[in-house]
Amino acid sequence: MSLDSKIPSGPLADKWEKHKFEMKLVNPANKRKYDVIVVGSGLAGASASASLAELGYNVKCFCFQDSPRRAHSIAAQGGINAAKNYQNDGDSVYRLFYDTVKGGDYRAREANVHRLAQVSVNIIDQCAAQGVPFARDYGGMLTNRSFGGAQVSRTFYARGQTGQQLLIGAYSALSRQIGLGRVEMHTRTEMLELVVKDGKARGIIVRNLLTGEISAHSAHAVVLATGGYGNVYFLSTNAMGCNVTAGYRAHKKGAYFANPCYTQIHPTCIPVSGDYQSKLTLMSESLRNDGRVWVPKKKGDTRKAADIPEEERDYYLERKYPSFGNLVPRDIASRSAKEVCDEGRGVGPGGLGVFLDFGESIKRLGKKVVSDRYDNLFQMYERITGDNPYEMPMRIYPAVHYTMGGLWVDYNLMSNLDGLFVVGEANFSDHGANRLGASALMQGLADGYFVLPNTIGDYLAKLGWDDQVGVEDESFAEADTQVKERLNKFLNIKGERSADSFHKELGKIMWDKCGMARNKAGLEEAITKIPELREEFWKNLKVPGAGETLNQELEKAGRVADFLEFGELMCRDALHREESCGGHFREEHQTPEGEAKRNDDQFTYVGAWEYKGDNTAPQLHKEELEYENVKLTQRSYK
Amino acid sequence: MNLTVKVWRQRGPNEKGKMVAYPVVASEHMSFLEMIDVLNESLVEKGEEPIAFDHDCREGICGMCSMVIDGVPHGPERATTTCQLHMRKFKDGDTIHVEPWRAAAFPVVRDLMVDRSAFDRIIQKGGFISANTGTAPDANEIPISKDLADMAMDAAQCIGCGACVASCKNASAMLFVSAKVSHLNLLPQGRPEATRRAQAMVSQMDSEGFGNCTNQYECEAACPKEISVKFIAKMNRDYLSTSIKEPVKV
Repeated sequence: MSLDSKIPSGPLADKWEKHKFEMKLVNPANKRKYDVIVVGSGLAGASASASLAELGYNVKCFCFQDSPRRAHSIAAQGGINAAKNYQNDGDSVYRLFYDTVKGGDYRAREANVHRLAQVSVNIIDQCAAQGVPFARDYGGMLTNRSFGGAQVSRTFYARGQTGQQLLIGAYSALSRQIGLGRVEMHTRTEMLELVVKDGKARGIIVRNLLTGEISAHSAHAVVLATGGYGNVYFLSTNAMGCNVTAGYRAHKKGAYFANPCYTQIHPTCIPVSGDYQSKLTLMSESLRNDGRVWVPKKKGDTRKAADIPEEERDYYLERKYPSFGNLVPRDIASRSAKEVCDEGRGVGPGGLGVFLDFGESIKRLGKKVVSDRYDNLFQMYERITGDNPYEMPMRIYPAVHYTMGGLWVDYNLMSNLDGLFVVGEANFSDHGANRLGASALMQGLADGYFVLPNTIGDYLAKLGWDDQVGVEDESFAEADTQVKERLNKFLNIKGERSADSFHKELGKIMWDKCGMARNKAGLEEAITKIPELREEFWKNLKVPGAGETLNQELEKAGRVADFLEFGELMCRDALHREESCGGHFREEHQTPEGEAKRNDDQFTYVGAWEYKGDNTAPQLHKEELEYENVKLTQRSYK
Repeated sequence: MNLTVKVWRQRGPNEKGKMVAYPVVASEHMSFLEMIDVLNESLVEKGEEPIAFDHDCREGICGMCSMVIDGVPHGPERATTTCQLHMRKFKDGDTIHVEPWRAAAFPVVRDLMVDRSAFDRIIQKGGFISANTGTAPDANEIPISKDLADMAMDAAQCIGCGACVASCKNASAMLFVSAKVSHLNLLPQGRPEATRRAQAMVSQMDSEGFGNCTNQYECEAACPKEISVKFIAKMNRDYLSTSIKEPVKV
């Protein structure tokens, strides 16, 4: 199958307007004849469900949490970008587009990114109208802050809880439609299979997590808004429940998975403290404005920070990148921390940590100023670690944060399977090989509020309301049987090891071999080890309890089983991409100074993988990326 | 540290529950939920069913975790959710009691999990501003004073965990409902629906079986986001002043 991105012709700035006019519409009276399933209720899923219901479609929305308000979009701290230019500092739609393409290390689609920048301004208006309490100045106008990768202030925020407030805005719009009977909400329900017939997505099979009941749901289109796959590493800043199952099930039914190796590792997280650790906590990137990053010059130095004299400290970011210093981009800061720890100079238990030191800032600015800027973060750090950052440096280490890869979609956000749409972090489309701060929220809401409600109409209008497959069709019965057989298999292995123990082992392989830095030998080793682990999983898994009831271990088993296949796909993608770009750093491909070296001649494409059967190598399809407006350059932060 | 953890075990909503004691070896660096993870892992190893509990983000913002620890929702540390509570707040040899939220409107699902869908139904009645996608004016069209925006944000911080209900001897949901009513009614965008919102949400709250407020302020003390009880007074004013003068059919 060829990959047609369906990018409209014409000048970049006119593509979206032109496309909106050219798309077919569904008459208002006919919209109620169409059913749409939305899986996931985060920013993308909730905004899509609400907007589609407002238009008049029948919407069913599914989430695994006990309420749609709890999706992990809620944890985003910093803010949301929009090209409003309220600050009169030279921002524009084009500049936001340009910064995003460059920040993505020239691996994103120009047309998608430009549309994202265009609708970004509408998002802020929509959210303000919903009552999102954005930060304001004394004149009552909205204020902005600046963020990495941009030289303008375009980030809107609501204290340190921007994601929470935006999600509650989308949740309230969704709740209104539930109350009006326009959305049928299914909480504590997990999608376990996609139903495909005649090459079209027709519905899903889900499991009620409270009763264990399996049910089938049919629709004219299925929208996946199921987030990222960072939890393949076990430890990440994702919520515990985040998983790849919906996306991976769709992949096994024919949807291509694009650029799975693009993962974002955030440099400032609280380090792992023991093998019981369940997740990692992010400390806002803003700390690097006033904190200095260092490690001891000597290997294995276990002295307290305060006992290490100035001349025995290595402020390695300032040393290596004198002009950007501690404010280099996320991927570079993360890799540098790994480097010094690999040299044996990391600090704290296990040597996996570096100091983030506010001593000098406190001396220079006074404790009051530092406290005004960062006190809430310092308190959070102390709550988790028990250490007081006013008295001793913080210890930080990089952690998996976001995944740029996802299911392949065209300009309409439809996958290569007709009728299967993918929005938000779950698709691959807008961030290339690296996402800029404050852009995830923007993309989730752009997709859900403004892009999908338009593009799905075009698909439905052409499909016609007669073209629906009911749940009594054999395709549903088949998928239903598959799901039940798989669940029974988990329960009947009756081995010795818990799902978590396999997940942790997989996470370690992924982190060591497909983490911040990758190389050929390591990836090949992972591609051998993961199938071995998978084999053991299917022989030695232990799931207590039964299937027809609440069973949290059974839920985990299903998610880990998919991660065990998906992790291998990530490694294969990382192995084939013989270049370094954004979050993907191949040690073989670096400049003499140790910086990422792209190979634009051979790899300026989207790598989309097709599933070819269990234990068979997947097939790569390429979508060449055409840059008509932006010139490709090498990033430098020296 | 060696602990005895006594946990409420209950198979289902209509079954009888009881406290069961488990020995746990924990580290002071663990979060409370990681301590429960360790306990669960040991139960799975023995082939027993692990303790069911709700949790997700584990960074204090999703509102999913919900344990009454030694009689206090979210445990002994102020302004902290269960997931952010760490074991260094306990001592070696301690016996810790862990129970679910207890309220008629939050029936126990299993063990430490409860059904909080009543909160969603209250929001569905009026916890929104009716602004369809695409209808919004420019975000700076309506200036909102910083003080007002800040106060709305103070109320909007609610994470919907239900600790306010769990802490209240009447199982009242007044703090939760008033935080949402205040967030939206304070803002000019929310004024057109202010009357209907207050009445509809209060009416749904009553029909869900939450109790009344008797001004003990346990809710504010238990709230991980320290939401102020002043919002309850504000909602009462919005509700009373309009339910008599301009009753809305809800």
